[in-house]
Amino acid sequence: MSTTVNAVTCPVCGCLCDDIELTIENGVVVKVKNGCAMCESKFFNYKNEHRNKTPLMRKEGKLVPVSYDEAIHKAAEILANANYPILYGWSSTDCEAQRVGVELAEEIGGVLDNTAVVCHGPSILSVQEVGIPTCTLGQIRHRADLVIYWGCDPWSAHPRHLERYTTFTEGRFKGSEWKEYMNKVKASAGKKKLLSLERREIVKRKPEPIIEKVTVNKPPETLGKAGRKLIVIDVRKTMTAEVADYFIQVEQGKDYELMLAIRALVKDHELDVDQVAGVPVEYLEELVDAMVNCDFGVIFFGMGLTHSAGKFRNVDVAISLIRDLNRRTKFAILPMRGHFNVTGANTVSTWQSGYPYAVDFSLGYPRYNPGETSVVDVLLRKESDAALIVASDPASNFPRKAVEHLVANPLIVIDPHMNATALLGDVVFPAAIVGIEKAGTAYRMDHVPLPLKKVVEPPEGILSDEEILSRILEEVRVIKSQRMQEAA
Amino acid sequence: MVQQKLRVTLLTGRTIEQGVGKEAGKGTKEYFESTSMCYMDAGDMKKLGIKNNTNIRVTTSNGSVVLRAVKYPRGAMPGLIYIPYGPWANAICSSDTTGIGTPSFKGTPAEVEPTPDKPILTLEELLRSEFGR
Amino acid sequence: MELLIKNGFVFDPINGINGEKMDIAVKNGKIVESVHDRRAKKIDATGLTVMPGGVDIHCHIAGAEVNTGRLMRPEDHIKDTERKTTLTRSGVGYSIPSTFTTGYRYSRMGYTSLMNPSMPPLEAKHTHEELNDTPMLDKASYPLLGDWWFVLEYLQKGDLAECARYVAWMIGTTKGYAIKIVNPGGLESWGFGRNVHTIDDKVPNFDITPREIMCGLAKVNKMLNLPHTIHVHTNNLGLPGNYATTLDTMRALESVATDGKPVAHITHLQFSSFAGDDWGSMRSGAEEVAKYINAHSHITCDMGQVIFTDTTTMTADGPFEYTLYQLSGHKWVNSDVETETSGGIIPFHYKRNNAVNATQWSIALELALMIEDPWKIYLTTDHPNGGPFTAYPKIIGWLISRKARMATLKKCHKKAQKKSLLPTLKRELSLYDIAIVTRAGQAKALGLKNKGHLSVGADADIAIYNVNPETTDIARKYKTVRRAFGNAAYTIKDGKVVVKDGEIVQHVDGRTIWLDVQTAEQVKVDEEMKRRFREYWTVEYENYPVTDHYLKISDPRTIKADV
Repeated sequence: MSTTVNAVTCPVCGCLCDDIELTIENGVVVKVKNGCAMCESKFFNYKNEHRNKTPLMRKEGKLVPVSYDEAIHKAAEILANANYPILYGWSSTDCEAQRVGVELAEEIGGVLDNTAVVCHGPSILSVQEVGIPTCTLGQIRHRADLVIYWGCDPWSAHPRHLERYTTFTEGRFKGSEWKEYMNKVKASAGKKKLLSLERREIVKRKPEPIIEKVTVNKPPETLGKAGRKLIVIDVRKTMTAEVADYFIQVEQGKDYELMLAIRALVKDHELDVDQVAGVPVEYLEELVDAMVNCDFGVIFFGMGLTHSAGKFRNVDVAISLIRDLNRRTKFAILPMRGHFNVTGANTVSTWQSGYPYAVDFSLGYPRYNPGETSVVDVLLRKESDAALIVASDPASNFPRKAVEHLVANPLIVIDPHMNATALLGDVVFPAAIVGIEKAGTAYRMDHVPLPLKKVVEPPEGILSDEEILSRILEEVRVIKSQRMQEAA
Repeated sequence: MVQQKLRVTLLTGRTIEQGVGKEAGKGTKEYFESTSMCYMDAGDMKKLGIKNNTNIRVTTSNGSVVLRAVKYPRGAMPGLIYIPYGPWANAICSSDTTGIGTPSFKGTPAEVEPTPDKPILTLEELLRSEFGR
Repeated sequence: MELLIKNGFVFDPINGINGEKMDIAVKNGKIVESVHDRRAKKIDATGLTVMPGGVDIHCHIAGAEVNTGRLMRPEDHIKDTERKTTLTRSGVGYSIPSTFTTGYRYSRMGYTSLMNPSMPPLEAKHTHEELNDTPMLDKASYPLLGDWWFVLEYLQKGDLAECARYVAWMIGTTKGYAIKIVNPGGLESWGFGRNVHTIDDKVPNFDITPREIMCGLAKVNKMLNLPHTIHVHTNNLGLPGNYATTLDTMRALESVATDGKPVAHITHLQFSSFAGDDWGSMRSGAEEVAKYINAHSHITCDMGQVIFTDTTTMTADGPFEYTLYQLSGHKWVNSDVETETSGGIIPFHYKRNNAVNATQWSIALELALMIEDPWKIYLTTDHPNGGPFTAYPKIIGWLISRKARMATLKKCHKKAQKKSLLPTLKRELSLYDIAIVTRAGQAKALGLKNKGHLSVGADADIAIYNVNPETTDIARKYKTVRRAFGNAAYTIKDGKVVVKDGEIVQHVDGRTIWLDVQTAEQVKVDEEMKRRFREYWTVEYENYPVTDHYLKISDPRTIKADV
């Protein structure tokens, strides 16, 4: 029997596309419509052999199957005994689980942190310094005639961003530039296919001439004309850059410089140098003309700013540039949030505790000081004595030195799949996949909340993150009250 | 003249293949292939005298790892190498949070040398070599 | 559960009860005629003041805007923390407290019901998720509808009935309670960085004026029989000379008023009552505004009192926040929402020695004292815009005591002192008046039939304060009153004692009140509507509504509309 479910929200990236149409046969997704490659990969692979099927516990060095009851009791015992546990992850689960997470962190006096700490944490710090002029993605679709992606590559990380929200969409006041780009896109796709064939050595071709020098081209004439424009600024020519009207290759680590130069030009200062960060100033002047003359401009930025030297200072200066530009025209800036619900993790943590990430409950009230209460720092200082990881894979995504301390202490992992962290864990819970096997809520990169659907049943007996966490919390309270009674 | 070693700056980040791989599952071949590789500038590869898909060793002050070198197809990026997010990248990238909580995932100084005969460790092997589990 | 509150001085203005010594009986969460004398738990309220639970008609406590304010201001929280206890969750203050702390602090002051006045429909789920985590209180929200493209388009076409159907649909869809209008026309203009400056300016790209939006929605409000009126944040808010715009607005709405009943609530009136031509000559326009309101019956309003403290301003009025940004250079959040509204946030420190800030402080009190009928103007700070709600007891002090306000005025900027009308105002509010401006009047304006009074059948939401009206000269002993209203002797929510001596003794969850407006003909949800949805928003029709999942305790009120 085959059924179709429409308006499904895709639980992969911060775009949170909610127009996915799934065809389900015998409880299995057999067709995915409207999704990108990552979306299809998620919906087609959720039941593959790498799925964890039962709770596991490390006994004599090996992970062995146990019951949920045993694993929950063990996990609760670890957390109730810990002096300074960390509770990390959260960005790939729903807000409902995140709410329980905050309560659990408070109950055990732990450090609650989410993956923002390794992606857009610096952006949050910048918002706390200078604020942020921003908007929902639909505003950009309806109004923006200048879209700039800086240090981010949506065609790789947020594949449908351009077609759903920015340059290629049809808005009320601004039309799509889709047709113009189609040729470019086709050309690029053709090239990609060829490359992939070459890689697999199916087709032998002479390699193209090697481009050995970085050259920043003169902006095209069209940059100053009406119509939607797409500009990419990055240290390397990305997939998005290939379809852009204008690509500026900035020298690595010099985004701050380039941004300051643009700020100066927006304020009508003259620059006494010929080049900034590898970009001729005369080109920058044309870029700035396009910026101040647009009706509505927007900068999207990514890890290119937050992970490079300067980190939150890079974002500071980007936001400050937008503040300046708003004196001339309308401009907005948005971070390209990665995981589908990292925004939700920040949101839930903020409304319950006042702080978006790196929240330390060890004193009985929320305390926040990234650099001190952030999880990587806690690990590097070797202060934590247990960890609960939910829907995340720090063993893959944290620097090695941080992981060393993580695995040196009791490690509890809740994740649908056996990832690197789960392989290293002491108690490992399988979980239902949020957005496929469990309904919930997630926040899009622009803070728009969207419902996640349950489209198929989870494997028999598999609980959701929310249920597992609630049961651990309950068990922790039981253990603590028993201890109080014993003490009395 | 072919060089033995090349000093470069290490960037880590996302690729669509890594994204597809991680959604398929961290134990999959797609994930392994898309994260145990390293994009290099074509000119830099010429300097080292290596071809596409040659194994290389990338070393930083944090450690060293063997990866598959892949020519960056879209343009020049001399002096930069790009490893997709994953356990291989994190085996060597900087853990310095510069006092704000976020490690320095981009801009770590690194050294590249051709090691055509060294194997790339699988995920399990890598974890065992790093953490003994 | 039965409860008997014995022997208190009861202030229940809706029933005309002014400090009479009487008993209040409670059973199963409601006020009843009598309870079993032995079974009932008794509270000895001898020598204490008993009032209905406090009602706040306008306070920003939940949702996207508030939470972004929290996120951007760790410096606001660090000085004000709440420890976890066996009964309560931890949290932080100060001007934008975390959700649990918000609930506890209101409850400690004897408040039991709040209205969250600024809900972007697209982000309504967020608002409701936060309201679920705001304990101790019943809550409702006003969706922002004044610049919603559907409203602009139908009003432009003159199709009031269709407009009304869509407004009804939207209120139900977002689980909202009233029509909120903020700087009508200005927010759509702000989409391209512009604004409107009079109520007759044309909105760019739309053939409509603020006057037409407000009058149109006021008529829609009547056609739908909504319990509250339209809730209006005027054009030009926060700018010198804007009292003229406010008068224009109120005059424009006269055309809708036919039965002598209010048709509009002008919120945080202080911010809309500035006279003068620029910041240098800025002075109070309270006299003119109060005079108009005294002479007409179609307007209610609330104060929007300014408190001298560091707070966080936040409003859907994006262009106004941009003005504040230009004035202060402070960190600035702007947040426009597609098809619907905008928003902005700026931290702000109101200072006594700033002539404009001090004048603002004075204007709000002038309005509250010069508008003769307390049923027309209610106590608010537009939390947290004028200051955090925890300052309400201070405002009560200023209202009941000329001595209190003169003491503060004396410390204000000389220029503001000279221009202030306060020295000429002798009026001092009684406890009866205070009961009107902090609960009865607000409940009445909101059409909350079972709140704000203590008649049989009402919700057993009760506040008991440690003030003896017989022995206390409140104007002189205003500090005693302030302390009492800051720390309720008892707060009773749905018949349960939740606060005793200013401390939480029980954590309870409140209801979310919303309107199920039933129109004879309903909005057609067909493929055409879904297509339009996709065109206007970046989400699918199916994912837009706030479903029951997002309401912890749902309290729908069914309304029969005339269309």
